[in-house]
Amino acid sequence: MKILSRVYMWVVFALLYAPILVLVIFSFNDGGSLSAYTGFSFRWYGELFRDSVALQSLKNSLMLAISAGLIATVIGTFAALGLDRMRNRYLKGAVNSVTNIPMMNPDIVTGVSMMLLFVAVGGVLGLQDILGRWTMLIAHTTFGLPYVILSVLPRFRQFDPSLREAAMDLGCTPAQSFFKVELPQILPGVISGFIMSFTMSLDDFVISHFVSSPDFQTLPLYIYNQTAHNVKYSMYALCTLIIVTILILLLAVNFAGGVGDRTKRRKEAVK
Amino acid sequence: MKKKLSFLERAAAVPHMVWAVMFIVAPLLIVAFFAFTDTKGGFTLSNIQSLFSYSHIFLVSICFSLVATFFCLLIGYPLAYTMSRAKPSTQKLLMVLLMLPMWISLLIRTYSLMTLLDNGGLVNSLLQAIGLEPVAMVGTGGAVILGMIYDFLPYMVLPIYTSMQKMDNRYLEAAADLGCNSFQTMFRVVLPLTTPGILSGITMVFVPSISTFYISQKLGGGNFDLIGDTIERQFKYPSTYHVGAAISLVMMILILISVAVMNRFSDEEGEIVV
Repeated sequence: MKILSRVYMWVVFALLYAPILVLVIFSFNDGGSLSAYTGFSFRWYGELFRDSVALQSLKNSLMLAISAGLIATVIGTFAALGLDRMRNRYLKGAVNSVTNIPMMNPDIVTGVSMMLLFVAVGGVLGLQDILGRWTMLIAHTTFGLPYVILSVLPRFRQFDPSLREAAMDLGCTPAQSFFKVELPQILPGVISGFIMSFTMSLDDFVISHFVSSPDFQTLPLYIYNQTAHNVKYSMYALCTLIIVTILILLLAVNFAGGVGDRTKRRKEAVK
Repeated sequence: MKKKLSFLERAAAVPHMVWAVMFIVAPLLIVAFFAFTDTKGGFTLSNIQSLFSYSHIFLVSICFSLVATFFCLLIGYPLAYTMSRAKPSTQKLLMVLLMLPMWISLLIRTYSLMTLLDNGGLVNSLLQAIGLEPVAMVGTGGAVILGMIYDFLPYMVLPIYTSMQKMDNRYLEAAADLGCNSFQTMFRVVLPLTTPGILSGITMVFVPSISTFYISQKLGGGNFDLIGDTIERQFKYPSTYHVGAAISLVMMILILISVAVMNRFSDEEGEIVV
């Protein structure tokens, strides 16, 4: 029974990874085929790095993910602080549910709703081509916010209020006590919130599909446009590079998460 | 004793609240507004009425998503169980293995599956190599459902696995002590204790399945119109924004109702696992 379940588990994982592995292997294929491997080559990688549209989309994606991630992290961290101290239960509940809407709603609804807002505002302001980098920044910040709040709020809850009182007794202003005492304690949550919103932004296709324009392409939009027609084989190279990057990031985050787990366990042991 | 809150503490959530009203609440109100108006801005119910001509699309989408969700549960539950029984060090590796596909763009995963199943793809080449006839897979409903299962399986496994990890092992020992065999333990102890994870997993698979348009475009070969495809098409041209808004509104309400029903059945602490 035990061996059977082990075998089952690894078979499912193998099936889960088979298409991705095939993609990675064929990105190094010299010939332009998906079924016959004709020799190892970096040919498609070379072609990818000569593709200026791909490089520009990568740059757009990174810039957007960093800026949307930072804005969401700042707004979200303060929002978590406010929510943690909020005494009006109804207001708190309302803010929480509204915040969670983008997470519950299918991406396509979030995408079209924002697009309609931007188009309507653009109509009022007389801007025909309002969709582009600024609408993308707003949209990506918006769907990043709940992830930041979700990862920061528990840190505030774990924070011992007597530390704050001690800081105030020792002469800190409220702002000083927040930035000097509380912020260092909640920092792991803030960082993981940033990483979450950053990766969500980097990964998003559906919402971007609706709120962007052809002159502001991110990497997922570029991939979508490429896969809509006959595919250039440099796509496989691009996908492989993305997969490797994610693997490295994930291992790093998992390691950082492990550190967090350990401190949590220690805290629980103290209790 | 209530301590007085500082200005910072009272004002901290305000920027977020303003942002949420402007970019979460307002867009949804505008969707509702578009759904009930015509291109000239006058009130009309014709958009909602025209939805009846899309009823079979709703039906096909719901069926496909239900089948995909069912198979994800069928495949994912034993997987999550086996994962949670592994050694702690192995579990860490398994977690990375499970998370990696979730972080790889859905476009890439769907596309890689399509190249595998395509007429000139590896699966058909293998079939031909062992002397079988090639099978046209891309463009069938089965391929679309397979795509949904493949893309969203990790979203089913993760919450179930999390709820299994939270489960106190002493329950299993107690069940064994009280004479349960392993099947009884499974169905009378493990299954009820992991229900919140199951419900969360069902939501996390069903919602993206019913709203997808890339999977049906790539693996359905354009033969299958799902709700997602229909919405996407309506938003290509301003004249059909209103019908698109009506479809989106109905889909959103259907989904929010089913999520609310799911939350009812899960326990109070049924948290969303991301």
